[in-house]
Order: sequence, then structure tokens, then C-alpha cells
Amino acid sequence: MIDVRQLKKSFGSLQVLKGIDVHIREGEVVVVIGPSGSGKSTFLRCLNLLEDFDEGEVIIDGINLKAKDTNLNKVREEVGMVFQRFNLFPHMTVLDNITLAPMKVRKWPREKAEAKAMELLTKVGLQDKAHVYPDSLSGGQAQRVAIARALAMEPKVMLFDEPTSALDPEMVGEVLSVMKQLANEGMTMIVVTHEMGFAREVGDRVLFMDGGYIVEEGKPEDLFDRPQHERTKAFLSKVL
Amino acid sequence: MDFRFDIIVEYAPYFFQGLLATIGVSVVGIIFGLILGLFIGLGKMAKHPLVRLPFSWYINFFRGTPLVVQILLVHFGAMPLLFAQPNAIVSLAVSLSLNSAAYVAEIFRAGIQSIDKGQMEAARSLGMTHAQAMRYIILPQALKRMIPPFANEFIVLIKDSSLGMVIAAPEIMYWGKAAAGEYYRVWEPYLTVAFVYLVLTLSLSKLSHYLERKYSTS
Repeated sequence: MIDVRQLKKSFGSLQVLKGIDVHIREGEVVVVIGPSGSGKSTFLRCLNLLEDFDEGEVIIDGINLKAKDTNLNKVREEVGMVFQRFNLFPHMTVLDNITLAPMKVRKWPREKAEAKAMELLTKVGLQDKAHVYPDSLSGGQAQRVAIARALAMEPKVMLFDEPTSALDPEMVGEVLSVMKQLANEGMTMIVVTHEMGFAREVGDRVLFMDGGYIVEEGKPEDLFDRPQHERTKAFLSKVL
Repeated sequence: MDFRFDIIVEYAPYFFQGLLATIGVSVVGIIFGLILGLFIGLGKMAKHPLVRLPFSWYINFFRGTPLVVQILLVHFGAMPLLFAQPNAIVSLAVSLSLNSAAYVAEIFRAGIQSIDKGQMEAARSLGMTHAQAMRYIILPQALKRMIPPFANEFIVLIKDSSLGMVIAAPEIMYWGKAAAGEYYRVWEPYLTVAFVYLVLTLSLSKLSHYLERKYSTS
């Protein structure tokens, strides 16, 4: 589904990604953990080219992102993204937030887009919020709307960039449970998070990143209970 | 001190003509300032520094030199190259357009750049093109924030049209000066002129408040 080979990325003189290799299968839930500054968010943002990379290859569903004839907008239609700060469109109702891209990008008629939006809002438990503006939502509700908005494009892959880091603690659960449900339905997901409980319970595989490399990867129970590298052990001892 | 209303009455038809001219050059200045300003503002946001250069210097020049100098340059310098008999009203309208475009460009740029980067990222991550993201996400939010600075700029523009006096453009200030010259009176003509400008600028200010309210509720 996703093939990343020797991905390298620098910001000015600072090399943030020093050669990332990873292969992600369809339906797999991959959780990326690591200290801040380890490059995990940058890695995620390279997967839909929100961040351009310098070297290496990213191939999603057979499409090489950097190939000359690749239409990046087409790739992004298939790769949903959920941001730490939600990034809902504040000048539109919740319903319009969700229907905009399907109507303008996928060219769906309004009825189809709205039916899909209502179905997704029901799924995330917010069908009664369709006609309110984002500023009246709590953080947890806003993030669930953001997930619904990304899902409305019917993407093949979902990227989550620290989706619960900006939330009050009591709202983390509602967002994680939506994500868990999504994982159970077989969505291919890559999740950058500090929620170790979620990583252990939902992740098929955990990548530990530090200093621009994937230092260690494995099944959650292996990586959390029997970490091999010193850096992984040091990180886990701080967060667990 | 007696206040001679008869001067105002006598000059009323000229003040009215002058008012129409003032409104005319101001409307033209605002419309062309907006169009040209959007173009220059977009140019100044270009990625490549060399592309940005002419646009930044346009802004530097028209913001950094006095409008009265620009009016003289346009009327006595540039317009004679194009027309045998330059029309002062046209010269004034052109000067106001060129000048306000520089300010409008900066208002556009500041407005667009004030929108959180995450908005563009969210739009692009949903597969929208840059143009779609601008049209549906960035501009609707930015335009709302641009209303107060635009109102500010256009109020200044209306008042600055009085500088047309220096090239004898027959806008309202010109007729005020004419009346003052004929009767050696200060209060009657200039208070009349001041009152007319006040009505114009207050109307624009009200319009801006109305627009602000209208777009803040939705």
C-alpha cells in the first residue's frame, strides 16, 4: 500500500529525516512514537507531500509521489489527514466542512455529499451538530468532525498527526474510540501519537523514531515489553 | 461675525458638480485600486524573489512618495505622453488608483497571510488545488479581516482626492477654493467642503460596519 525508501528531508542545514525505509500493508495500523524533534510528524507530512522531501521515494497505491506525471491532488484525494489542531474551516458549518471537498474535488452532487456527511457524523456521534459552526464545538467534537471530513473523501489511507495532543484529557477517549472503530473496519492508518495505550491496543505495528531514523519497530507487545535498543528503552521508561 | 449663506447658495450648483467629480474619482480609485492592488499583492507573494521585486518596488514607490508629487508626475509627466490635452479629472483618477493599489496590495497580502497555515494544509490534504483552497477557504476568511483596513484606506482616498486642487481638477475642494478666492471668505466655502467630505467618509464608515456585522454572523 505504502512504500517508503530512503526518505531524507532537511530544513535548511538541519536534517530531520536521515533515511526512512518502511513498507505498510493494506489495512495495517502503524503507530509512530518517539521524542519530540525525532522527525515523526515530518515523516507523516511527507506521505502526502505537505512537506516536500529531498531524497528517496514514497509510493502510495502504486503511485510514485515524485514522478513527473503524478497529479498530487489525485494522490491527496486518497490520503486523508487529521491534524493536531483540527484545522476545521471556521467560516462553514460542520456539514459544509465535510461536504466541500467531495463536492468540489470529487464532483459529487450535493445530495450525495450530504447523505455521506450525515452518515459519517452519525458514525462519530455528532449528527446533531451538522448545522453549527466549528467554534461552538469542544476540542473532542472538533477532532471527530475533522475525522469525518477526511473520511468523506473515502480515502484509502488515513494519516493522524498527534490527533489527541491538543485535547483536554477528558476528551482524548472519544477521539481514540472513533479511531479504534476505524481501525477495526480495516482502514489503513498511520498514527503519530503519544497515547501508548492506544498504540498497544490498536496498533498492528509500532515504529520508534529518534534522530531522524526508525530506531526500532515491531509488534506493540514486543516493542513495549521487550525493547531492544537503548534509546527505545530510555524513551519508554520516560513515557510509560 | 455674520455667516453668508448666500455664497453657499450661489456656489451650490458648482459644489454639486464638484461633489459628483469627487465621488467619481473616488469610486474609480477604489475599483481600480482593488483590481490592481489584488494583482500586485499576489505578485508580492510570489515564491521567487526576482518575481517579487517589481511588485515590492511598486509598493515602495507609491507608498513612499507624497501623493501630491504623484499627481503632478501623472498629470504633467505621464499623461501628456498619451494625450494631447490631458484631462485633470482623468489624471486625478489615475493617480488615486495607482496610489491606493499600493496600500490595497499590502492589505490583501496581510489578510491572506494572517490566515492560519493549517487552513491551507487541511484544504490541500483533501485534494483541493491551490486555487480551490484560495477561493473556498482562504479568501472568504481573509476578506472578512480586510474590511476594516479597506474602509480605512478608502476613507483616506476620498479625502486625498482634494489634492486634485493642485492640477485644477474640478472636484469639490477646487470649487471651495474658487469661492474662497472670489469672496475672500474662509468659513463659508471651506466648512461646506468639510461637511461634504464628512458626509462621504461617514457613509463609507457606516457601510464598512454594516459589512463587518453581516459577515461576522455567518
